[in-house]
Amino acid sequence: MTAFAAYSDQPLAYPTPETSPTERLWLALVTLGLLAVAVAAAAPAGLREPAFWAGLALLSAGTVGWSWYKFGQRPAGVHHHYLWARSSTSRGALAWMAGIALTGFYVVLYWWPEYLENLIRPLDGLSQALRRRPADQWFLYGTFYTLAVLLLGVRALLKYRHSPYHRVRTLSVMFFQLGLAWLLPGVLLALQQPEYYFSYFWPLKYDYLFPSGVSSLLQNGHLGVFMVFWGALMSLVATPVLTYFLGKRWYCSWVCGCGGLAETAGDPYRHLSDKRREAWRYEVSIVYTVLGFIVVTTALLWLNTLWHGELLGRLSDEFSRTYGFVIGSIFSGVVGVGFYPILGNRVWCRYGCPMAAYLGLLQKHFSRFRITTNGGQCISCGNCSNVCEMGIDVKQYAQRGEPIIRAACVGCGMCSTACPRGVLNLENGPREGRYQPSTFIHAESLRILS
Amino acid sequence: MHLVIIGNGIAGVTCAQTVRRLQPEARITLVSDETAHHFSRPALMYLYMGHLRWPDVKPFEDWYWSENRLELVHDRATGLDVASKQVHLAAGPSLAYDALLLATGATTRYYGWPGQELAGVQGLVSLADVELMSQQTTNVQQAVVVGGGLIGVELAEMLRSRGIGVTLLVRDRHYWGSVLPPEEAALVDAQLRRHGVQVRYGTELAAALGDAQGRVRAVRTSGGEELPCQWLGIATGVEPNLALTTGTPIETDRGILVDDWLRTSAPDVYAAGDCAQRRTPPPGEAAIEPLWYTGRMQGETVAHTICGQPTAYRRGPWFNSAKFFDLEYQTYGQVPARPVAGQTSFWWQHPGGHCGLRLHYTDDAQQTLLGVNALGLRLRHDVCDQWLRAGASVRAVIEQLGAANFDPEFFPQHEPAIVAAFNTHHPNHPPLTLRRRKGLLARLLSV
Repeated sequence: MTAFAAYSDQPLAYPTPETSPTERLWLALVTLGLLAVAVAAAAPAGLREPAFWAGLALLSAGTVGWSWYKFGQRPAGVHHHYLWARSSTSRGALAWMAGIALTGFYVVLYWWPEYLENLIRPLDGLSQALRRRPADQWFLYGTFYTLAVLLLGVRALLKYRHSPYHRVRTLSVMFFQLGLAWLLPGVLLALQQPEYYFSYFWPLKYDYLFPSGVSSLLQNGHLGVFMVFWGALMSLVATPVLTYFLGKRWYCSWVCGCGGLAETAGDPYRHLSDKRREAWRYEVSIVYTVLGFIVVTTALLWLNTLWHGELLGRLSDEFSRTYGFVIGSIFSGVVGVGFYPILGNRVWCRYGCPMAAYLGLLQKHFSRFRITTNGGQCISCGNCSNVCEMGIDVKQYAQRGEPIIRAACVGCGMCSTACPRGVLNLENGPREGRYQPSTFIHAESLRILS
Repeated sequence: MHLVIIGNGIAGVTCAQTVRRLQPEARITLVSDETAHHFSRPALMYLYMGHLRWPDVKPFEDWYWSENRLELVHDRATGLDVASKQVHLAAGPSLAYDALLLATGATTRYYGWPGQELAGVQGLVSLADVELMSQQTTNVQQAVVVGGGLIGVELAEMLRSRGIGVTLLVRDRHYWGSVLPPEEAALVDAQLRRHGVQVRYGTELAAALGDAQGRVRAVRTSGGEELPCQWLGIATGVEPNLALTTGTPIETDRGILVDDWLRTSAPDVYAAGDCAQRRTPPPGEAAIEPLWYTGRMQGETVAHTICGQPTAYRRGPWFNSAKFFDLEYQTYGQVPARPVAGQTSFWWQHPGGHCGLRLHYTDDAQQTLLGVNALGLRLRHDVCDQWLRAGASVRAVIEQLGAANFDPEFFPQHEPAIVAAFNTHHPNHPPLTLRRRKGLLARLLSV
């Protein structure tokens, strides 16, 4: 009887069904692939190349095949059966194992890259072809990252194939990750140019507008000048303009690489985000602190440059190292991705990303974007809040007939997709009446967030 | 003022919230023996399917109640004394009230079938029901569900999510014969088939047959057929929960009788939601409306009356929505299941069969819109409501159809096809053109 106790956090849906033989077969391919990569990591030189490539091939075939079996065959639609019952998606043993493995990978990548040598060397050929230089740990990381976005992008395309919005959005993040975050920086290196990411901007890529970053780019002729121009234009002009018309989503769930990974590899974990008011309080106190820190530091560094270093000395380098370590490594990598299976897929975006905070302020105060609530049709079922990866308790707004205008919202559109009553819709419209609640529910004035 | 509310469903809770807004100093107590906190009854199915956990189906976090001074009593109300204005509780001390709202909800309606008391035979109304269902269906291979309405499909979807075979018994010739016209029902039928549900139309339950342990082993249908099953779901409707009013002077019929202001026959005692039965509902409206939305509206209305602002219950044009497996359904206004003299319909269906739209209107010169059914299409509630309240002509509606489109971005827009089909169906009228496309931007540009 305890297994059915509805007063606990546990779902009723026990026990989980037997995995079918076909699904086992596909999952076996994935596991074999992972094993082969692990063998390659520890293997002597002769075995590592075949093991590495066989591993990636098995992993890719297994992931695509499993996605097709799991999502491509059955009727298209939202099917979250056993989501909160399966060990892998409800913080069970499998989730913890996946979390520990992912975190372990980041720890080795950042602090002990020498242990990845056997995985880096097989990529030398690819790296030479693309970048005209041997592979390193960051090329390995970028390649794995892009592969994850592409393979699990296929999963997302199959899972959400009934929604044109998700099809277009998923293809978009796959394109930007492959093209602007993997191929183009490699080609630039091959051409002896700076390894510039055209899809990342200040304040996320904070050094693009730091004096040191700007001056190092400017040493690269016309292209370097263009990169500085592009970075400043995107951060200071395009971001406010695009966010005004489309909301924060144009970046966070269409372009950004962190968002790209969250929407593809992180999709099975989106419901794990914390929806409680307490979590919201942590969110606003942390993420705006990070943004404020970057803005103040950027301003100080420019002042310092104007006064020829008399203000701060070599603080710029110190800052880059410290911030890069604390925020760049620990927060965005180890916690942000490593803890996907435990804390959800947008921990970094929600609590740590200064770009998301900047976009969020614009979205809240200077945008035409809102999620409209459809009259009085909400039944408070909670499906919208459940799928919100940013931890917004969407139903608080829907059940009061209010439009959802929240700085955190990345516009992934999943609340609209999951709603069983067609209540939610992402819309860009006139700012006039943007906060206007529906007349079908007389929203009580009792406050939810404070 | 001390307001005591029996029941913490949507009607009771909405009343409590509205009274808190209208009278910030009022003392408000909610009594429920079902759960400690308010939850979304339509979301019970998602608990069973593992989509959501118990905290996820609670519309408010637990701090909400104390912060807004809404006192919760998790206890069973066992008796009423309307003369001394007291509610007696099973465990705690009696509560004295100045105003009492009965929002006791409804329970599964059984029709006295032989074998209905067997283990494995149940309905789905309460949290206890879904817990029992989860327990009782753990090792079930085959189930039967009786009732071709919303809960019947819900039960079928729940069972199919666990891979259990389902036979659905539907009394009418087609699904939800009392509400849906045949074309809409055919789309729902396609969903049922696609998801592996066996449907027996024109079939009723005759008896549930038990085994030696007193558990259901089969059902016998009205056609005399015996269908083996280990679980039987009863989805033939609900009836008001009258346990508390029995033996009191409060007048009841099928439900607790209330006037237009949702007042019962006893002073300062009100009733709202699934348990209430209006004495004189306006023409075309049901006396009992066991629905989430009407529960919410009745709760809000009665709160005004309780706070000294007497307000008659006028729910406005009807609306409802549901989801049949992957097919969403919305309805606005009145669309009868069978043809009515002086009224006519225009039905459009996508050639692929995954969506359809019906506009129902008067068969006269005005061609006034009476109701809309949408399947697989999302419509804007406020636009449909305005059309219905204003008595808009169906020809104007067709031309403005894009204004009601609530589908997400990038979804195919069917308005041009619908307008073309309407023109084809009405060759003797001047052809219409689509004047409003979808979206907020279009609304601006069209002004």
